[in-house]
Amino acid sequence: MTEWFEKFKADFVLNFLDDDHWMWLLEGLGQTLLITFFAVLLGIAIGVVIAIIRSTFDKNRETLKARNRFTYGLLAFFNAICNIYLTVIRGTPVVVQLMIMYFVIFASSTNGTMVAVLAFGINSGAYVAEIFRSGIMAIDKGQFEAGRSLGFNYIQTMIYIVVPQMFKVVLPTLCNEFIVLLKETSIAGYVGIEDLTKAGDLIRGRTFSAFMPLIAVAIIYLAIVMLFTWLVGKLERRLRNSDH
Amino acid sequence: MTTDSQPIIKVENLQKAFGDLKVLQGIDIEIQKGEVVVVIGPSGSGKSTFLRTLNLLEMPTGGKIIVDGVDITDKSANVNLHRQKMGMVFQQFNLFPHMTVLKNMTIAPMKLLKKSKAEAEAKAMELLEKVGLADRADAYPSQLSGGQKQRVAIVRALCMEPEVMLFDEPTSALDPEMVGEVLEVMKQLARDNMTMVVVTHEMGFAKEVGSRVVFIDEGVIMEENNPAEFFENPKSERLQSFLAKVL
Ligand SMILES: Nc1ncnc2c1ncn2[C@@H]1O[C@H](COP(=O)(O)OP(=O)(O)OP(=O)(O)O)[C@@H](O)[C@H]1O
Ligand SMILES: [Mg+2]
Repeated sequence: MTEWFEKFKADFVLNFLDDDHWMWLLEGLGQTLLITFFAVLLGIAIGVVIAIIRSTFDKNRETLKARNRFTYGLLAFFNAICNIYLTVIRGTPVVVQLMIMYFVIFASSTNGTMVAVLAFGINSGAYVAEIFRSGIMAIDKGQFEAGRSLGFNYIQTMIYIVVPQMFKVVLPTLCNEFIVLLKETSIAGYVGIEDLTKAGDLIRGRTFSAFMPLIAVAIIYLAIVMLFTWLVGKLERRLRNSDH
Repeated sequence: MTTDSQPIIKVENLQKAFGDLKVLQGIDIEIQKGEVVVVIGPSGSGKSTFLRTLNLLEMPTGGKIIVDGVDITDKSANVNLHRQKMGMVFQQFNLFPHMTVLKNMTIAPMKLLKKSKAEAEAKAMELLEKVGLADRADAYPSQLSGGQKQRVAIVRALCMEPEVMLFDEPTSALDPEMVGEVLEVMKQLARDNMTMVVVTHEMGFAKEVGSRVVFIDEGVIMEENNPAEFFENPKSERLQSFLAKVL
């Protein structure tokens, strides 16, 4: 027993305390959270725009065709672009997208973190767009008509009336997207970013002991995910109990 | 009288079809300023559709709607500006649940009429006072009773200072004991000379407040008259049998 403990202690010191290895994990975690946070923001921005374009096109197709052919054509064009984006992003692995982004599109860039934020944000946007779209669909049609009947145009009705209510509906799902993305960023090491996963792997390469650093990495992810899941659950209950 | 003789709304051969379903099949009506036109008719006859075409929530598939001399069905017409002049009250209230009563009432005047916050709130409070809800200004819609919600919906529309108010069965979703308070607000509005088009099943309201009652059946105006004649001497057989059922 003491022998096992001695070995555990030695392993611990070797993997985490020697050469301040724990700092690597901490910095990796910072990198992971940074990328995730900004990628989520970018994903939300892209998602809102795409969801609005697509649901606008779906809802106003008939009216516009009859009344305003130019706007109809413009909207149909943007709608088609959105559809291509959704198809491509959701039809290819995110690690491939990340590598294309890093080695092809931004081959000259040295800012790996920024490239990763872009890649993960653009990827996330495709999924968030669909979350938002179903959120918009879930808003009662009467809300929309009330806005229009006051004289708001389509976009104003969206901004002041539909989208704020939509956010409330999708907030829990959106937080789940953050959790998904947090785990997905673990592939950032593919393009040389030292995120949490990569930090664990670097320690392993230094110490030739895989167990401790990798389990530590897993536990850190798990802790964050569990914390978030708990927060989302709280949030969901709060939202359910309030009507506004 | 000469300047007033132009009707505020003139509807000519108005048609609306949903695909193959012809809901409005040629409606003609002129509405004068200050008139209260009550629309009645069987379920599915096109009453809501008629009302909704008046502010273009439904696009007509034929005919003309001329408001203040402008054909709003014309492609060049400014639909949003037109809707500002036509307040609409829905059966299901459609208050914005994420805003307080006061915000519900001030958002459109502030964003569309460019009123200052103070100005918009003063107007809103004045109207809330009138309908006895000044103390509920900071409540959210979910905290109001049905009757209160509908009164707020009416004054919300009034905040835009519309020329015409459209009501689509404003009391049909209410518990019976709350119908009166909403009708009272509408009566007050009529006394203040608001031009109103009201779809309702409240025959008492039609008799008491209506300047004219219109019977829509199968997408056309089957009969129209002043309330006394309309209810005492219905001409068409359809109206006679309809009234026999509802009175
Ligand atoms: N958006 C729509 N798409 C297809 N059909 C519709 C649509 N709106 C209404 N209709 C149809 O048009 C007809 C008339 O509907 P409308 O709502 O105008 O009737 P109504 O006279 O208001 O009836 P009620 O007294 O039940 O409210 C109905 O047959 C209805 O099913
Ligand atoms: Mg109806």
